[in-house]
Amino acid sequence: MTVIRTLDKDKMDVAEGSYAVAHAVKVCRPNVISAYPITPQTHIVEDLSQFMADGEISNCEYINVESEFSALSALVGSAAAGARCYSATTSQGLELMHEVLFNVSGMRLPVVMTIANRAVSAPINIWNDHQDSISQRDTGWIQMYAEDLQEISDMTAQAYKVAEDKDVMMPAMTCMDGFILSHVYEPLVLLEQDLVDEYLPAYEPEFTLDPKNPLTFGAFADPTAYTEFRYLQQQAMDNALPKIEEAANEFYEIFGRYYGGLIDEYETEDADIILMAMGSLVGTIRDVVDKLRAKGVKAGLLKVRTFRPFPAEAIKNAIKDAKVVVALDKNISLGLNEGSLFTETKASLYNTKVDVPIVGRMIGHGGRDIPEKTIEDIVEEAKGIISSGINTESKYADLKEELL
Amino acid sequence: MKEIRIHGRGGQGSVTAAELLAGAAFEDGQFSQAFPAFGVERRGAPVQAFTRISDAPIRLRSQIYEPDYIIVQDPTLIEVVDVESGAKDDGIIIINSDFAPEDFDLDTNARIMTVNATKIALDVIGRPIVNTVLLGAFAGATGEVRASSIVNAVKGRFSGKIGEKNAEAVQKAYDLMAEDK
Repeated sequence: MTVIRTLDKDKMDVAEGSYAVAHAVKVCRPNVISAYPITPQTHIVEDLSQFMADGEISNCEYINVESEFSALSALVGSAAAGARCYSATTSQGLELMHEVLFNVSGMRLPVVMTIANRAVSAPINIWNDHQDSISQRDTGWIQMYAEDLQEISDMTAQAYKVAEDKDVMMPAMTCMDGFILSHVYEPLVLLEQDLVDEYLPAYEPEFTLDPKNPLTFGAFADPTAYTEFRYLQQQAMDNALPKIEEAANEFYEIFGRYYGGLIDEYETEDADIILMAMGSLVGTIRDVVDKLRAKGVKAGLLKVRTFRPFPAEAIKNAIKDAKVVVALDKNISLGLNEGSLFTETKASLYNTKVDVPIVGRMIGHGGRDIPEKTIEDIVEEAKGIISSGINTESKYADLKEELL
Repeated sequence: MKEIRIHGRGGQGSVTAAELLAGAAFEDGQFSQAFPAFGVERRGAPVQAFTRISDAPIRLRSQIYEPDYIIVQDPTLIEVVDVESGAKDDGIIIINSDFAPEDFDLDTNARIMTVNATKIALDVIGRPIVNTVLLGAFAGATGEVRASSIVNAVKGRFSGKIGEKNAEAVQKAYDLMAEDK
């Protein structure tokens, strides 16, 4: 199944990305929201605060805090008490949550949090890349990246569905590109309350904090048991792989919209050159692929929608027949000189029979714009790899040499 | 697809204008996308905002480099910003000014049109807020959106008397420019 969008304009409104997300959170009927404002996430929490002030979210508490660390800590207690919890943050705010992120996933609390992806300091930069969330990839949170406003909106409900599944019980980040999606206005169907009620049942956790039936969350685990807790978290991530697909399929049945579950493929079937990407860049690449196809260039797109759990099998199947694969990354692992999508895709092919040349191109860091030309140049370079092999495995594709 | 760039100063409502234009185009049955030049929202500083209009869903997420249309809310920006940058030869640049188009020496083949939006705003709204007025002028000069859709978008954003006054100013600017077209 390919991407299916609503083109029924009667159902659509022109709205800002942040508003679309806040509205989606509202119709998911959260019980506790706690967040600290930070650019470019601010409009999301402003809109949610407005909903609260207007009495539009019933049975919900909005906890004001003095930092992101406290915001997520407040949700640890709330989620353990059985509340459906929501937060949103970005960049330094997410990095400040680092310690708590492990606690949330370790206690198996299905908190959902929107990340308005932004670069990290220093030097200070408020614009988009994926360094903030990618740096949290090992904290045990599901991570999904959206391409446009309809997808980030709908992904909110899907994230609760997966996170709260009894076979998963892991927190989830839904990632939208800061400014590029958080501040854009475009037509979308604001998530429908009646359909969400049908899709997403009330959260009924198996275990909760209750004075009448005392339990301990996140208790001491010495060397005799700690490994097993981690093993079970990994097992939950494994379980999430099919659950993410199911959540996307079930969403399609009820809402009539579909974006893929783990991945989405565009013109990959006979593609010689496959570009891999996450987030809003995917939209630009779709336009470039269409232009290249019109010129007879067999280019295709592999959108990685779910980064954690990493969909290694789905990716492998999608790229196995290509002549060259280029992974585009809005993040860098300093000291390795690679972006994570590249590193992890390459690693997942080793020890398999799939032998496709793959290179990594880092792009769009700190909000550097990605015009179609940048993608076209990357494809042009990839053609050379087909004929004469890999010259440079990983590098920045949009470096300004003159500034060095 | 048509691409529009709006130049203004922080506080002049350039971003609002881009959003209203996207809303109006959608009401006309088109797809649209509006976004600011991110992170420079300081009062008085030069700012830009962008709108894309297309009959198909818009997937492109890059900034706009070669706009079909350019709107300049404050003519003094021309001294500090290359407002004509990337303008297409068959494009239109609409400047808020009481000067004639030929008084502007811009490095472009695009058609320059002027409208005294500040006067219209002062006469009709009573305040020198020109963003909605220039949307009316845009609709009249380009025919890309209907005046009625701009009016509806403006009324949807500003309620009551302010909305009515803005709508009246939109129509006035539209009529002026439609004659010129």
